[in-house]
Amino acid sequence: MNERDDFDERLKQARQRQGLEKGADQAGGDGAKGLPSSALNIGMRAGIEVVSALIAGAGLGWLLDRWLGSFPWLFMVFFVVGGVAGVMNVYRLFNPRTGARK
Amino acid sequence: MAAEGKTIDALSQFELTHAFGPIGAAVNFTQSNAHMLIAAVVIVLVMTLGMAPRAVVPGRFQAMAETFYEFVENLVIGQVGHEGKRYFPFVFALFMFVLFGNVLGLFPYAFTYTSHIAVTFGLAFLVFLVTTVVALALHGKKFFGYFFPEGAPLWLAPIIVPVEVVSYLSRPISLSVRLFANMVAGHVLLKVFATFVVLLGGLGIVGPLVAVLPLSVNVLLVGFELLVAFLQAYVFAILTSIYLHDAVHLH
Repeated sequence: MNERDDFDERLKQARQRQGLEKGADQAGGDGAKGLPSSALNIGMRAGIEVVSALIAGAGLGWLLDRWLGSFPWLFMVFFVVGGVAGVMNVYRLFNPRTGARK
Repeated sequence: MAAEGKTIDALSQFELTHAFGPIGAAVNFTQSNAHMLIAAVVIVLVMTLGMAPRAVVPGRFQAMAETFYEFVENLVIGQVGHEGKRYFPFVFALFMFVLFGNVLGLFPYAFTYTSHIAVTFGLAFLVFLVTTVVALALHGKKFFGYFFPEGAPLWLAPIIVPVEVVSYLSRPISLSVRLFANMVAGHVLLKVFATFVVLLGGLGIVGPLVAVLPLSVNVLLVGFELLVAFLQAYVFAILTSIYLHDAVHLH
């Protein structure tokens, strides 16, 4: 009985150690981007980031315009802002925010 | 069926119809909802029945349940850190729901509910709300500092802040569009090549010989779609974890 408990204890310790090691490994090696990095995936991701930022920007501008009744102006400004945000998203894809991931 | 009018009709597979006859029609219960229910039931069955034996050396079924669990656990801990463990149930539920939606949709006659932007945007918006609420609850007003990186010159604020806000708002859109576009593209491709098989098969004597080509392409595509189904569920889960990391640590 005692021997068995001892074994369970050691197994638990070993498991914990391994689990921690794995977690630490992933945070270090995998954490930089952690996403599949084939060329097609990167391209697809970059494209979607730009388009979605444009949609978010244009949508926000359009909503603000509808609220303030200044139709084309804020829409146009935020369309450009959306484009900038899209480019920044793609930049972040390759260079995550400083200190974002240790 | 798709090639009845000798045309390629690749989009009708995404149309919603009522499930469960007149009862379903009365409450607008569609086959998409039915497949969500199926996925939820299958997930619960896999996890409960799989873990029921509680064997020290897992059998096949238990090994599958444990693999799902450990895969998502490693992912969450690897991205968010050990304080991310309390968000594990959320990420796990999302991962399993998206994964089973994608994979169930590959079965013949099944419907892929993740091929509708309404569903994926609903999920992505939930992620957006949860990460924002977590960030606000943990950091309070300091959360708004996220939109203005430290050390940037103050006169740049009118440019940086809108750009950062729009970039933050674009997260649920990119999250949902990625999953939706991948699933739609895959199923359209499958349908187009399947229609080629039928159209070419009707071309007299050489027809069946030529039709082997798109058929073999379709066999390859099904394998590829299985990969995409797993990959997109993984990407959805890992991006949720990355957003949670940003919410917990703010930089």
